[in-house]
Amino acid sequence: MSARDDILTAVRDGAPAPQPLPQVPDFASGTSDLVGPFTAALARLDGKVVLRPPAGILPWLSTTFPDAHRICSAVNEVHGNVTPAEFSDWAAPADIDVLIMRTPLGIAETGSILLTENEVGVTTAAVLAQHLVVLLDPADIIENLHHAYRHPAFQDAAYAVLLSGPSGSADIGGITVHPAQGVTTLTVVLAPRDNDTAEQ
Amino acid sequence: MKSVDQARNALAFLEDEAHERAFDTLIWGLRERRDAAARDVPEWEELRTLASQIKEHTLSNLGQYLEMFEVSAARNGATMHWARDAHEHNQIVYDILNSHGAKHLVKSKSMLTEECDLRPFLQRRDIEVTETDLGERIQQLDDQPPTHIVGPAFQKTPQDVAELFYRVYGSDPDRADPVYLAQVMREHTRPLILSADAGMTGANFAVAATGAIVTVTNEGNADLSGNVPRLRICSVGIEKIIPGNDELAVFIRLLTRSATGERITQYTSHFRKPRAGSEMHIVLVDNGRSARLADERFWPSLKCIRCGACMNTCPVYRRSGGLSYGGTYMGPIGIITMPAADIRRYRELPFASTINGSCSNVCPVQIDIHEQIYQWREVMDDHGQFSTTKKAAMKVAGKVLSNPTAYRAAAESGLAALRVLPHFALYMRLNAWGRHRDVPAPPNETFHRWYARTRGRAEGDQP
Repeated sequence: MSARDDILTAVRDGAPAPQPLPQVPDFASGTSDLVGPFTAALARLDGKVVLRPPAGILPWLSTTFPDAHRICSAVNEVHGNVTPAEFSDWAAPADIDVLIMRTPLGIAETGSILLTENEVGVTTAAVLAQHLVVLLDPADIIENLHHAYRHPAFQDAAYAVLLSGPSGSADIGGITVHPAQGVTTLTVVLAPRDNDTAEQ
Repeated sequence: MKSVDQARNALAFLEDEAHERAFDTLIWGLRERRDAAARDVPEWEELRTLASQIKEHTLSNLGQYLEMFEVSAARNGATMHWARDAHEHNQIVYDILNSHGAKHLVKSKSMLTEECDLRPFLQRRDIEVTETDLGERIQQLDDQPPTHIVGPAFQKTPQDVAELFYRVYGSDPDRADPVYLAQVMREHTRPLILSADAGMTGANFAVAATGAIVTVTNEGNADLSGNVPRLRICSVGIEKIIPGNDELAVFIRLLTRSATGERITQYTSHFRKPRAGSEMHIVLVDNGRSARLADERFWPSLKCIRCGACMNTCPVYRRSGGLSYGGTYMGPIGIITMPAADIRRYRELPFASTINGSCSNVCPVQIDIHEQIYQWREVMDDHGQFSTTKKAAMKVAGKVLSNPTAYRAAAESGLAALRVLPHFALYMRLNAWGRHRDVPAPPNETFHRWYARTRGRAEGDQP
């Protein structure tokens, strides 16, 4: 028999008595303020939330990341000097200083945002860039992980990652440091979608 | 192979007080943060019960879910492989790499590949393997196995790492600063990730309905290992299958809170399909799991989601270190899994426990760990795996404990001895309780005398 058949036979022959599958509730509390908990949860892992800068995102970028030269924008409302389409392979974004993207989903419970290939085609850009800036419509924040996993954005993504803070590690002495192999900072900009007009 | 003498190994660990104290403080801190995280979730106990029920349902219908996963993964464009044991797993991984001409593999942390000894297998065949998790890479560079499921290098102090990086990378040996050391690692490892021929991840969960491999990391290294190279290999123990995304939510809520007290890790990643022009291979591995599933006493250990909470709460683990267990899995979960792999080699492990039940209380999937530890002691007795000393001690204990008169006489004389024995007699090598701690001051009377006095029963009455 093949290994597959051997394993399937063994787990069927030796399985304990069948147990029922429980229904998982969504544990909704019905809370109306989701921005506050989202901000606090993201801060736990050293991520930051800012309100949309009144003067525009580009001026804010230049003051927040004054040393950034290569800015890649995956959103219509901000023009960087690198476009995601320019990446020749999936290691290419390693020299990006700042990546700007929009997420379809924020999770208040954990301060997470969702990234799939629909937001940034070469998804490694969101891990390899030095700094990640994520636009999030406050209306796209949902309460908890149960709601998140039922969100349509999860259903067909080839790759989906919940990002909940800048890359970190506590492997040395249990002290959390940034970055490990991914982004050094993660900033979420609260920016409604209906303000999607291009900045020059 | 010679049996692992956990107690002797622990003694060696305890000799270095600075390391022992640092390790205990770090690990107990994780336990305290886990408690705070659990208190913060009103439905915590309900989540634990759900997690246990979901795992029991999936394991009791594992054949059906493995086939469902296979169909989903194939639909996604992944290539499936099945391995009965560690050797088959390693050979499959090697064959995939070799057929692509891959000479350098980057991988994220995977306890399964540790269990299979994949790294030496590949290195003997001229394939270079780079661990990309910081802790795992530290252990690789120091040629040591992980000391903790979540933090492989927790047994090392920052100074140890500074000295190791000095030896390997020539960095500053006097800068025991984790920020600096992490930067050294990033500078040396990132180029290896960017130029690797193939990438590999383990799996925290494999979702049958979607075919997704789910990994949970803080560093983003699984995302880079899995996504930068064109060839991705995921090794998955067959017990990691869960039904769907509704169930996944329960486990993601429990896993990191139980492990470190945080609500989630920085990267919770779902690898479902290979991108255009690349390949995704999934290796489903048995390696003793189906045999454990058929064991009516020990199959619940397969529910484990590798959070390490049982280790963090265990007083023996915290004062022994992970290496003392001599196996891939350590602490309470190691005690109930390693003997199934090699009963003779790990015959002493079930005795490295106080059976205080704390491990079961913190387990997010409600494994009855301390009861399984006790049952493993019975198995060791049934299989004649007690050492001569243990046999003799158990024989005496059996006689004394089964005879109330003998027990009371022993208790009285023990109490008297504690009062009069000189220091050197109490703290000699033969008294394990006196090593590394003070023996508590003896009470004024035995419990039996106190009970008879305060409850008015006469000496000799049956309690």
